[in-house]
Amino acid sequence: MTDVQAQRLGSRPFAGAQETPVRGDDDALLASLKRGEEIAFVELVDRHGAAMLRFARMYAGDEALAEDCVQDAWLGVIRGAGGFERRSSVRTWIFRILLNRLRTRLQREGKFVAFSALEWKRGSEREPAVDESRFLPGNHARWPGHWTQPPVAWAASPEDELLAEEVRALVMTALQSVPPAQRQVMTLRDVEGWDSSEVCELLDISEANQRVLLHRARSRVRRELERYFTER
Amino acid sequence: MPPIDDLPCQEFVELVTDYLEEALSPELRERFEAHLRVCDGCELYLGQMRLTVRAAAQSRGRALPWATRQRLLAVFGDRGGRPTP
Repeated sequence: MTDVQAQRLGSRPFAGAQETPVRGDDDALLASLKRGEEIAFVELVDRHGAAMLRFARMYAGDEALAEDCVQDAWLGVIRGAGGFERRSSVRTWIFRILLNRLRTRLQREGKFVAFSALEWKRGSEREPAVDESRFLPGNHARWPGHWTQPPVAWAASPEDELLAEEVRALVMTALQSVPPAQRQVMTLRDVEGWDSSEVCELLDISEANQRVLLHRARSRVRRELERYFTER
Repeated sequence: MPPIDDLPCQEFVELVTDYLEEALSPELRERFEAHLRVCDGCELYLGQMRLTVRAAAQSRGRALPWATRQRLLAVFGDRGGRPTP
C-alpha cells in the first residue's frame, strides 16, 4: 500500500506486511535473471511468490491447481525474461503471465467463465451495498432513504478484534464467496495493497469499472463481518 | 432535521468507495462530508468499510510455506537457468 493510499484510507500499512518491492530493484533482478543468475530468481520468488500463490488460490479456489499455475508462471518468467520490454512493471508482467496460465488451465478444465460476459451482465443488476429494508422508502415525507436500522458498533475494541485469527479467516472466506472479478480486484487492492492503476492494467479494466467491482466486493465482505459481529 | 440537500443514507453507502478512492466530484464530496457530520449511522458505516479494508490487508499471510518455496525454486534448476532467447 502506498503512503497516499494509506492516508486516504485513514490507516497505516500493516506492520507485518512485506514492503512493496521497488520497481527499480525488480528491473535489476530481471536483468540478472536474463544473464542466468539463480540468485536473482530466488529473490524474485521471495518477493512475489507468496502474493502470486494467494492470488492464484483466490482465482482458482483450488490449492494444487494454484501452485501448479504459479510454478508454470515462473517457468514462463525464466523463458520470457529476455523478451521483457518494460512496458509495464516487472510485477505486472509476472502477474500477467500467471493470469494467462490460470485462464488457460481453468478453460481446459471447463471451469473458466469469462467474467466480461457473465459477471458484467449480472453486474448491471442492482446490488445494493446494504439491504434496502434497512432504509426508509425514497418517497418518505421527512427522511427519504435514511436509516431505519443503522449499523451498530462491532466490538468494544474493533482494532483488536480485527487482528484476531478468526476474523482474518472470516475475511478470507467472505472474499472467496464474492464473484470472481470482484474478488480479483479486492484481493489485489486490499489484500496485496496494489494501487488502482496497476490493477486496471493487469485485469484490463477501466478505473470506473474497477471502483464498481471494488465497491461491491468490500460491501459484501463488510456485510459478512457485520453478521459475524452482530449475531454471535 | 437535515438540510433540504442532505444526502439520503441509502445513497451515501453507495458512494463510500468512490469517496475513499477520491473519485467524487467536489460537489458530491462536499455533500458526502456534510452528511457525515450529521449522521451517526453513516459515520459508523464509513468506519466499518475502513475496518473491512484493514482486515483484508491483515488477512494476508506472510511468506511462502517452506516446501512450496522449494518447489518453486526448483523450477530454475529444471530449466538449467537459461532463458530462451
